[in-house]
Amino acid sequence: MYDVIILGCGVVGAAAAYHLARYPLDVAVLEAQNDVANGTTKANSAIIHAGYDPEPGTLMAQLNVEGNRMAGDICQKLQVPFARVGSLVLAFDEGDLHTLRTLYHRGVQNGVPGLELLDAAQVRQTEPNLSGEVVGALYAPTAGIVDPWQYALAMAEVAVVNGVTLHRSAPATAITPVEGGYAVTTPKGVFEGKYILNATGVFSDQVHGLLEEPDYAITPNRGEYYLLDKSQGHQVSHVVFQCPNEKGKGVLVAPTIHGNLLVGPNAQPVADRHDLGNTAQGLAFVRKQALRSVPGLNFGENIRNFAGLRANSTRSDFILEESQTHPGFFDLAGIKSPGLAASAAIGKWACDRILEKEPHLGAKPDFVDQRSHVMFQHLSPQEKNALIARDPRYGRVICRCETVTEGEIVAALHAPIPPYTINGVKRRCNAGMGRCQGGFCAPRVQAIIARELGLDPCEVLLDQEGSYLLTGETKGQGGNAHV
Amino acid sequence: MYELIVIGGGPAGLAAAREAWDQGLRKVLILERDQELGGILNQCIHNGFGLHHFHEELTGPEYAARFIQQIQDTDVEVQLDTMVLQLLPGAPHQVHCVSAQHGYQILETKAVVLAMGCRERARGAIALPGERPAGIFTAGAAQRYLNMEGYMVGRRVVILGSGDIGLIMARRMTLEGARVLACVELMPYSSGLTRNIVQCLEDYHIPLYLSHTVTDIRGHNRLEQVVVSQVDEHRRPIPGTELVFDCDTLLLSVGLIPENELTRQADIPMDGRTHGAVVFENMETQVPGIFACGNVLHVHDLVDYVTAESQRAGAAAARYVQGEQAAHEALPLTHGSGVSYTVPQRIRRGSGKVQVLFRVGRVFGTSRIVVKDDTGTPIAQFPRSHMAPGEMEQITLPGVLLDRAAGGLTLSIEEVEET
Repeated sequence: MYDVIILGCGVVGAAAAYHLARYPLDVAVLEAQNDVANGTTKANSAIIHAGYDPEPGTLMAQLNVEGNRMAGDICQKLQVPFARVGSLVLAFDEGDLHTLRTLYHRGVQNGVPGLELLDAAQVRQTEPNLSGEVVGALYAPTAGIVDPWQYALAMAEVAVVNGVTLHRSAPATAITPVEGGYAVTTPKGVFEGKYILNATGVFSDQVHGLLEEPDYAITPNRGEYYLLDKSQGHQVSHVVFQCPNEKGKGVLVAPTIHGNLLVGPNAQPVADRHDLGNTAQGLAFVRKQALRSVPGLNFGENIRNFAGLRANSTRSDFILEESQTHPGFFDLAGIKSPGLAASAAIGKWACDRILEKEPHLGAKPDFVDQRSHVMFQHLSPQEKNALIARDPRYGRVICRCETVTEGEIVAALHAPIPPYTINGVKRRCNAGMGRCQGGFCAPRVQAIIARELGLDPCEVLLDQEGSYLLTGETKGQGGNAHV
Repeated sequence: MYELIVIGGGPAGLAAAREAWDQGLRKVLILERDQELGGILNQCIHNGFGLHHFHEELTGPEYAARFIQQIQDTDVEVQLDTMVLQLLPGAPHQVHCVSAQHGYQILETKAVVLAMGCRERARGAIALPGERPAGIFTAGAAQRYLNMEGYMVGRRVVILGSGDIGLIMARRMTLEGARVLACVELMPYSSGLTRNIVQCLEDYHIPLYLSHTVTDIRGHNRLEQVVVSQVDEHRRPIPGTELVFDCDTLLLSVGLIPENELTRQADIPMDGRTHGAVVFENMETQVPGIFACGNVLHVHDLVDYVTAESQRAGAAAARYVQGEQAAHEALPLTHGSGVSYTVPQRIRRGSGKVQVLFRVGRVFGTSRIVVKDDTGTPIAQFPRSHMAPGEMEQITLPGVLLDRAAGGLTLSIEEVEET
């Protein structure tokens, strides 16, 4: 029997695993998808919010500010791309200015450091490309941008290196109480655990329902985005929000940690929890709203649209609690914005609950709290040469748009949590993330995956189960013989 | 120190390097990022190449092979599997590149020819709505899978865009046993060559839907359906015209973009219309000693024209290295009514006759190409019976007329009333 079973390896499950791995506990993480962090963690605004938005006194407020503080340290130790670029909330009229003052006071109450209200001239000095109609802004220096996927992966990898067991393609299909804990049934076998942490994102009410009727429901809400080419990456240097008002929450314009520009999202309730589609109306809304903030945005430089689901729920706060009828079963649910910013603190919150139950535990002396992640394009010429001398595969550029080498891809394929898919390589190494979107490198990446993992190229998927790319060989025993 | 570094070993780079060699340069280096020379021609196994240049019909690999042989007959140096990361203009110019064999190198050269080619516009460029399952490929990526790797990418296919690669792939997928259900084109005309419409669609009874576009993509994991709608004259989908195709594959042939990241990084002035560098009549960019040719300069529809343009660039690079300064007054050449761009955008007086390549912005019937100078005086006119955006136009301006012109030049199209 495991001490702790974490259901879900998104950023919340990964953060819980990362904290629990410091203690002498047997921990298993069960991820439904064929790779980690393939739900809300992979498709969001990639912002570590400062923490002026949530109502004071809520878990959201407390954990956002605490999670923001923790993120810098974790990202540095685990080599996750992160930058505290600061954020601006823009005001376009008197009503917005009023909102800014409210946010400012909320932020002060929440313990957000360094908040400042800027007048129109100060805003324009800070961000020259903003609309001339901006009359003021709330500046929050502690807001940051991060690679959310790497953030989750890094924490999960360190957990695995420190002894946590991860099973992918292992969705829970049944949860039953057993002597001293719970049994979780998955296609990968039955796992028993003393404590269960339910971190299954938009599915957490359904997963909770495998054990007992939950007293909340997840109401998924889809947000659509544009990711613009690096040519647009310098339009703004801060995360630029609009004021939430009666017309909606507003659309943000933000540099990404990789140098692109992220624009979005809208907000649309959806019934199908697998529907990550974009809509013409949604994208049109995003374009129109974003141009209010930054009139010079060039959407002709778009390289990708995507959509993500927020795990909104029937409650207003995060749902972090132990089941009243099934002790030891914890929900880490309803993690909507600022969930990414709060994730490290949510993981710590969960770990603290386990430690309350197991007060005798002391931290492991040999916990390895570091990880190395080589990104060739960021090395100096001398470092590049040294790396190539050691392993010539670092001299072979596979992804020309993002300058990703064969050496980096091979390293990822032999990392503690290796990818099996083309998008798995993309999220780990950035190959295929650039302006050609894998048009040139996808076949090459596919061949490297097949070679390194001993697969037939036709078995190498784009992403989740069922996302096959090839239907067979040409003019042979290929898949088209029957057509 | 090299006399000339050519960035890119596709048809443009090969022709430029060989021409520079023929004009007397002896320290010439081609840097090619792929494992072999020839560029994208290597995956274009269909025929139709070389009709202008060789007066015979070749496949892409055959066309490339002739130029590769021409390079192997010289002492032009070639580094394969070598990615150029940075170009720093100066005296000399510096080229930073990386390869497994040589590591990170900083090479110095008197002249540079930019011949990096182009890339395909991907789904994001047209903000295609719908889900993002597997089974959506750019036509060129599918072509690589089929022709280079030997794998099929699907069984029931819809093609969005009627560019040449999309048309070629309609035929290629059909020959490999797939069903191509439709070729869908947003514009009221195809952007591909007429011969490809006939030989790749009509010969195989593949319907071409003009003034249509894809308005939804369905399928969580692998593509299951695409929805196609008719568009109005403002290219907006018309509700109620939806056609649903059950298919597992969508190929995108929605345009090519010159691959100019190095050029922009080097602060070489660009033309927003061609997405390539602004060049003089000899293919020299606005930075002395740096030349550009082929699809990195503007997207061509025939490789034969790439070859001719690249030979001009190679010859001019040789003259530059040999100290021949082109310091004459330059006239701007502007695209006027009906013209979407011109190459070159600058013409130096005293250059002799000048080849001008351009594209029209829409389909024209009987009309004339008119070149006027600053005073509005026509200096040259060329009659045409038909012009379309999918087919590049070429005119030759005699040097004597250019020398006489007053100020800048404008190239425009005037429709001729049929009587």
